[in-house]
Amino acid sequence: MKTGRLKQILLITDGCSNQGEDPRLVANIIREQGITVNVIGVLDQNETESDSLVEVEEIASAGGGVCQIVYPQILSQTVQAVTKQAMTQTLQGVVNQELRQILGEEQTIEELPPDKRGEVMEVVEDMTETCDMELLVLVDTSASMQKKLMTVKEALIDLSISMNSRIGDNKFAIYSFPGKKKAIDKVLDWSAKLNKLETVFPKLTSGGITPTGPALKEALHLFGQSGLLRSLRKNAESEEADFSF
Amino acid sequence: MLSQKKQISVFNLPIGTQLVGKWNNHRYLVQGMLGKGAIGAVYLVKRTDGHLVALKISDQMAAISSEINVLKKLAKVQGGSPGPSLFEVDDWTNAQGESYPFYTMEYIQGERLDHFLKRNGIDWLGVLFSQLLTELEQLHHAGFVLGDLKLENVIVAKNPTRLRFIDVGGVTMFGRSVKEYTEFYDRGYWKCGDRKAEPKYDLFSLAMIALNYVYPKQFKKTNQPKQYLLMKLKQSNLLKPYHVILQGALLGQYQKCSEMKRDFQKTSLSRINKNRVSMMSQSDPSEPSWLEIIIFSSISLILFVFATL
Repeated sequence: MKTGRLKQILLITDGCSNQGEDPRLVANIIREQGITVNVIGVLDQNETESDSLVEVEEIASAGGGVCQIVYPQILSQTVQAVTKQAMTQTLQGVVNQELRQILGEEQTIEELPPDKRGEVMEVVEDMTETCDMELLVLVDTSASMQKKLMTVKEALIDLSISMNSRIGDNKFAIYSFPGKKKAIDKVLDWSAKLNKLETVFPKLTSGGITPTGPALKEALHLFGQSGLLRSLRKNAESEEADFSF
Repeated sequence: MLSQKKQISVFNLPIGTQLVGKWNNHRYLVQGMLGKGAIGAVYLVKRTDGHLVALKISDQMAAISSEINVLKKLAKVQGGSPGPSLFEVDDWTNAQGESYPFYTMEYIQGERLDHFLKRNGIDWLGVLFSQLLTELEQLHHAGFVLGDLKLENVIVAKNPTRLRFIDVGGVTMFGRSVKEYTEFYDRGYWKCGDRKAEPKYDLFSLAMIALNYVYPKQFKKTNQPKQYLLMKLKQSNLLKPYHVILQGALLGQYQKCSEMKRDFQKTSLSRINKNRVSMMSQSDPSEPSWLEIIIFSSISLILFVFATL
């Protein structure tokens, strides 16, 4: 079964935004564009879940995505689990919408009898495995992330192993924030593999500003261009439905 | 975490809780917890007919539905279904009106593999692994890999002693990306391959079970993950009889279960034979064996014949 393309933003950060637009507002707008915003909050070794990370849950919830707050040791497994879970969640949402149209307002997958639910979930699983995906990763490189950046790099390379083991195609782009002159800096342009990451991973940006909102806003634009071009090309090739609303 | 509040209820059901299925109305009485995993908790429960079964309940509908689908497919596998058998699928609604999907399955009683090996000796490893490979082979024939094969997901069942897998959360159709894995057991983590579901993926994890047994605290990868892994294997004296086989599995040299099983069987056989030889040489010299009696008597017979000539 051939399905449409999923678009996701994965934000990896360790704290509160302190400059520019409210990231929750931006995440909401991004969601309206059919792009999911997932957030991974990275804790310090001795830190327990702090208040500064409440914001990351709110960003993910506004962006229709998944949020996890973790210690660096389990970052790799978390990054791939969050990405896959968000894919399933988005596709489940699409299927739920279809179900409501067919079976009436109140019908969702959860309310189906277990047997029927199983059949529907099998379709969702097929779609998760076969759909093409565009993932833009936004990495917080402000000073406090210093000790965590190596782990983030590892986790992203590991993510590409998981994603590229799927049947569907993937495109990854990686950006860091705050940028030197703009809100974000390009680390790696849209590509199918992340091997190059070994050599081009960003150095740390000094200073304590974390402009999460502006960074997300820029990210949306990057998607727009790449998404549009690709979807035009795709539509020319086939008449398949595209789930990037 | 978004679902943290929910987790408290299904992950901590107290003993004595009664779960009633929303669709089939069957009752289950919680006897205790058997395990807690990424996507749910497994409880030992008593049915109204008095039978003990295992019940897995989760707050993640997608993940548990996918597991149920797998168990249903395994039930149709020819030549005995691998893994635990599925009994019933239903939902449980708690006092707050929230619904949680659950399923019940065969309760496989047994001992942890590491405890068993410690008590009975490393010679059992080859035998138990051969058995598990038979079960894995059935699974592979049906077009699935087990995925999340690890020490905690297998159990030594009794009468007959047999190693079985008890968790199908990672079971994935060939050619897809492995659904659930654990870093230490994952060839992707060790830079020994990708996460595409193929028979070799499970064989790698199986070899890692042996390594986890000799290194209970596990170990982290270094800059050269593959070389480091092979070195850790070589350093283990306990695993010496199985070095070649385990290394073959780590390097992806076995294409299918039957090849690895054949080598385990050979090793087990040769070790038994070796023990037999050493036992014979240790046998009491004052007690002559039949062979010695025959040789002795034939020599005396020949001498007698010569003497009479």
